[in-house]
Amino acid sequence: MAQTVIHKANTRGVADHGWLKSYQSFSFAGYYNPERINFGALRVLNDDIVTGGMGFGEHPHDNMEIISIPLEGELQHKDSMGNEATIKAGEIQVMSAGTGIYHSEYNADATKPAKFLQIWLFPNKRNVTPRYDQIVLNHADKQNEFVQVLSPSKDDAGVWIYQDAWFNLANFTANNTKTYSFHKEGNGLYVFVLKGKVEVNGDVLDTRDGMGIWDTNSVEIKAVADAEFLLMEVPMEF
Amino acid sequence: MQIIQILVVGTHKPIMETIARLIDRDKIWQATIALSFADAIDICLQKNFSVVLIGAGIEEGQELQLKEHLAKSKPNIPIVKHYGGGSGLLFAEIHQALSKFH
Repeated sequence: MAQTVIHKANTRGVADHGWLKSYQSFSFAGYYNPERINFGALRVLNDDIVTGGMGFGEHPHDNMEIISIPLEGELQHKDSMGNEATIKAGEIQVMSAGTGIYHSEYNADATKPAKFLQIWLFPNKRNVTPRYDQIVLNHADKQNEFVQVLSPSKDDAGVWIYQDAWFNLANFTANNTKTYSFHKEGNGLYVFVLKGKVEVNGDVLDTRDGMGIWDTNSVEIKAVADAEFLLMEVPMEF
Repeated sequence: MQIIQILVVGTHKPIMETIARLIDRDKIWQATIALSFADAIDICLQKNFSVVLIGAGIEEGQELQLKEHLAKSKPNIPIVKHYGGGSGLLFAEIHQALSKFH
């Protein structure tokens, strides 16, 4: 029988640094909740708002798959591998930190806030050569579909990472229902609602609510109202 | 006030220094860096630690050797993998290790 965990939006950790407001679904930095460490290989899901012109100065990462999904505005990225890029809503960025990288990330606009999801997954291989990629997603005009934006395969749709994980973005109109089938046995699915209201296996989730489901082969997702959401299929054991 | 000694093992010196600086911000935590498996063994012979964090660059085989070595001489020291290379996960990793093993 399917097992579930629900993380309501208002139960997330909150860090307010003035220039950064971060809503954290799992323990991160100063937010420590032993009941909220991870969902399988999904370790970090931060819903960040960065003030205009501000950002994260140069800082290190290692041995982590780091995915950024801008929701509003633009971020300027610069790293120790020589990559300099701007990413904006409708794109996705991935870094395999591996043996170690330094990077900085700033809001590219001086006045408007930038909103983005910062997602970290434990890698299935430690100490890999660091890598960076970003692509444009063509999901906005695809309604009522699961649009794959990440996988473990270089040859599959979206970006790829060192983990048996698959991410899909979806934009559903009210009352549309679709069943998500897992790619791999033993994986769980974490549903994060970006906007609107969805019903997942009978539980109703609102904007920024999250829900993890595992010990099942498929999950039925219904839009109660128009909704946008992110599906993250990740290994529960890794 | 008892100081909790934490050994951080990894080959990327700037990242290890960053992690040590973050650990040292806590009044009761004190970090020591080992930049290789051999250094870690040497340092463990000279000093007692409450937690050992294994960072980037230490291969699986060396990590196992370190665990075996410590299990013989100091069996109660938790050895945990550090992920992320910065402050994001560091505090949760240390808190979890301390709560599980002490």
